[in-house]
Amino acid sequence: MGTPDPSGMIPTNQPSVQKSDDAAGFYTLGAPIIDETAPTGPINTRWQRRKFENRLVNPANRRKLDVIIVGTGLAGGAAAATLGEAGYNVKSFCYQDSPRRAHSIAAQGGINAAKNYKEDGDSVERLFYDTVKGGDYRSRESNVYRLAEVSTNIIDQCVAQGVPFAREYGGLLDNRSFGGVQVSRTFYARGQTGQQLLIGAYQAMERQVAAGTVTQYTRHEMLEVIIADGRARGIVTRDMVTGAVETHLADVVVLASGGYGNVYFLSTNAMGSNVTAAWRAHRKGAYMANPCYTQIHPTCIPVTGDHQSKLTLMSESLRNDGRIWVPKRAEDCGKPANEIAEEDRDYYLERIYPSFGNLVPRDIASRQAKNMCDEGRGVGPQVKEVQPDGTEVLMRRGVYLDFADAIARMGRDAVETKYGNLFDMYARITGEDPYETPMRIYPAVHYVMGGLWVDYHLQTNITGLFCSGEANFSDHGANRLGASALMQGLADGYFVLPNTIREYLADGPFEKIDESHPAVVEAKAEVEERIAKFLSIQGERSADSFHKQLGQIMWEYCGMERTEEGLTKAIGLIRDLKAEFWTNLKVLGTADSLNQSLEKAGRTIDFIELGELMCIDALNRRESCGGHFRGESQTEDGEALRHDDEFAYVAAWEFGGENANPVLHKEDLIYTAIEMKQRSYK
Amino acid sequence: MNLTLNIWRQANANAKGAMHRYSLEGVSEDMSFLEMLDVLNEQLNAKGEEPVAFDSDCREGICGMCGLMINGQAHGPEVTTTCQLHMRSFKDGDEITVEPWRADPFPVVKDLVVDRSAFDRMIQNGGFISANTGSAPDAHAAPVEKKLADLAFDVATCIGCGACVAACPNGSASLFLGAKITHLGSLPQGQPERDTRVVSMVGQHDAEGFGGCTNIGECASACPKEIPLDVISRLNKDLRTAMAQGY
Repeated sequence: MGTPDPSGMIPTNQPSVQKSDDAAGFYTLGAPIIDETAPTGPINTRWQRRKFENRLVNPANRRKLDVIIVGTGLAGGAAAATLGEAGYNVKSFCYQDSPRRAHSIAAQGGINAAKNYKEDGDSVERLFYDTVKGGDYRSRESNVYRLAEVSTNIIDQCVAQGVPFAREYGGLLDNRSFGGVQVSRTFYARGQTGQQLLIGAYQAMERQVAAGTVTQYTRHEMLEVIIADGRARGIVTRDMVTGAVETHLADVVVLASGGYGNVYFLSTNAMGSNVTAAWRAHRKGAYMANPCYTQIHPTCIPVTGDHQSKLTLMSESLRNDGRIWVPKRAEDCGKPANEIAEEDRDYYLERIYPSFGNLVPRDIASRQAKNMCDEGRGVGPQVKEVQPDGTEVLMRRGVYLDFADAIARMGRDAVETKYGNLFDMYARITGEDPYETPMRIYPAVHYVMGGLWVDYHLQTNITGLFCSGEANFSDHGANRLGASALMQGLADGYFVLPNTIREYLADGPFEKIDESHPAVVEAKAEVEERIAKFLSIQGERSADSFHKQLGQIMWEYCGMERTEEGLTKAIGLIRDLKAEFWTNLKVLGTADSLNQSLEKAGRTIDFIELGELMCIDALNRRESCGGHFRGESQTEDGEALRHDDEFAYVAAWEFGGENANPVLHKEDLIYTAIEMKQRSYK
Repeated sequence: MNLTLNIWRQANANAKGAMHRYSLEGVSEDMSFLEMLDVLNEQLNAKGEEPVAFDSDCREGICGMCGLMINGQAHGPEVTTTCQLHMRSFKDGDEITVEPWRADPFPVVKDLVVDRSAFDRMIQNGGFISANTGSAPDAHAAPVEKKLADLAFDVATCIGCGACVAACPNGSASLFLGAKITHLGSLPQGQPERDTRVVSMVGQHDAEGFGGCTNIGECASACPKEIPLDVISRLNKDLRTAMAQGY
């Protein structure tokens, strides 16, 4: 299709040319970018060659090199352990009271790896292919191939650490198929795979703390990145117990600070999960890539009222046996489920998608549940929804996930064996017995594919600032497959970053800087001024109330379905909210003590600014791909329609300045090992 | 429902704390216990009183960050974490006492927040299997008997919340310790360091000021993950064996 690149590889697609310009006036077009570290040659040789080409750091020099890692989840904890083992001098930071609590711990389902232990036709190539296709052809092929390639090492490493994966009676590891793929490549530890993998990484890191190579700083929040003479050289943190604003200097800084799903206020993320580390870096020049790519998980427990603080996910394996329905008529929605006759029920996924039925991909199942509720056919209690214009409406936000047929077919005991722990969890949270009445489910924000732009080496466009795990954008394109988040976090932490960061550190140690360097003084002063500002406004509203309102705007207009009209409106609403935040925020207490309201204020304003950028990115991308569905870009049947001719690019956004338009840099996605195809699930 | 709350307020580690009384109206039974406290905090903030500090993160019972003594019981009346306790476990008119974990090795940081870094230091003293990244053989190189793998998993579900310590009249962390010793000691990979691990971890446990186990069993009944008391027997056995060998 195209002309061969210098290594002889032939592209299968042409660079896209954008014709639409929905976000005109909201952004400035910048120069296109390329990943200058992108490897070439046959795809299955790229990572091996790069590992060889990247320079080594003499073991005697490693202890002279200081590495800062922000975040202790799978990506950060694994990197801290590995770099500590290698002999670097690592400083690790987390906002929780222990590294063991990072939110990777909450992942349930499992971790993919191309081990092919089942001899069912799996391979690195197939995992690569599934991941690029699942991401709706919006990820880089070289990065994804590397991810698939190192996936097998992850399982070996975890087993050696004592991670208690599920095993068969012969003592070998068990696998299951997950997320609609046709091979069994998912390794798991009951419904707590994330916990077990994280504890493994945490223990490996604590071993290095004992060895003196890693110093851990808990209850420390990163509030600024220090860039001196063109390089990231440290961070400013706040000790969340004493309030002390501290600077930490190093030769390199790694952000492994997780995703920003809490921009929606309600999500399956932890209460403390935030975008601050990434957003402060963005404001200092790091590009934010594809921020609108959000994954919304279809099987979560619905909201019960405006007191709701978070949403709980239940494994989507439930859709293997449960049938999803709503009443055909809105007037039946207030009735108990068992009083609605079979012929008055609409099994809408089975009706619309006869071949995939209840097993359609996450984004489709989610969007259809919203459509049913928007039509007034949702079920469950009526919950007050504050519209962004301030008016209140009562809506039922839930659809039934019914196991009556499964219980009749398999027997209650079999259902209990398969799903007992999920049924128990549901019963505990809702007070309802799912064996007797159908479960109620509703979609919730679960993961973000967007994040800081990084090159093949996981380095951002700021020299010396690296980013790994969910915090970067690199591997999942527009949609992440089930059991791939854990894979990416550990791939980055154990195997990728340690092999790419050495190429950078081979030039170090860099000239020492100290507290008196102007860049350090300035960054610290910025943080102190901001904290003082939050405390001085003395308005009427808590940070949480602003955060909730932002969440409502984002969910309504930048959630499961986005339109030009809605996004434009949302940008205006967010700008108003931001103005009100700076004049009407109320934070009590002091700066020099543990002050959770103050912590929330800083996170909330960063979410507000991010929310605006997400809407602009979503507005610009007039196509539907993966987790991003634009109402204007669908087939006659209402399915997602991609526009590869216009949007096969990474949108890398540069901070344009306070209240100024962000700058869009496009990185073309060119494939040589794969051809782009349109998804279909009919 | 309407509730009366008696909550421990303490400005910082060095300040003298006291119980404060609050009344809260319109609590829904669908709220989690922590969402109920969120509502209280929103009201306190509006009135100009500093909100009650408490720890929580995942709010789905897995991170181990939350933990309150509720009416004298660690995590309250149900076998679950504080974040998974819902208000339907209470009734209109109830008076509820809320305190932080009480144990010397867990000093109060502020209000209901305590410092549990002693747990990290115990893990640093041997709570791992030494396997540097990249050094691992193929995962199928050494099969693990399913019974042992399942046992290791069951006790590895410990979330490190500290309820066992808070519930113990003697402030012992033996259940936490026993769970880790059993997890790693059940697996073939954990054998080479089994003796040194138990001696080192127990030494750190005692150095932190945790009390000895007195076989009361409050720890196991308070544990939200239902770690069984047996792990303490296993801990004692491993310690005895290691010491007999001169470790």
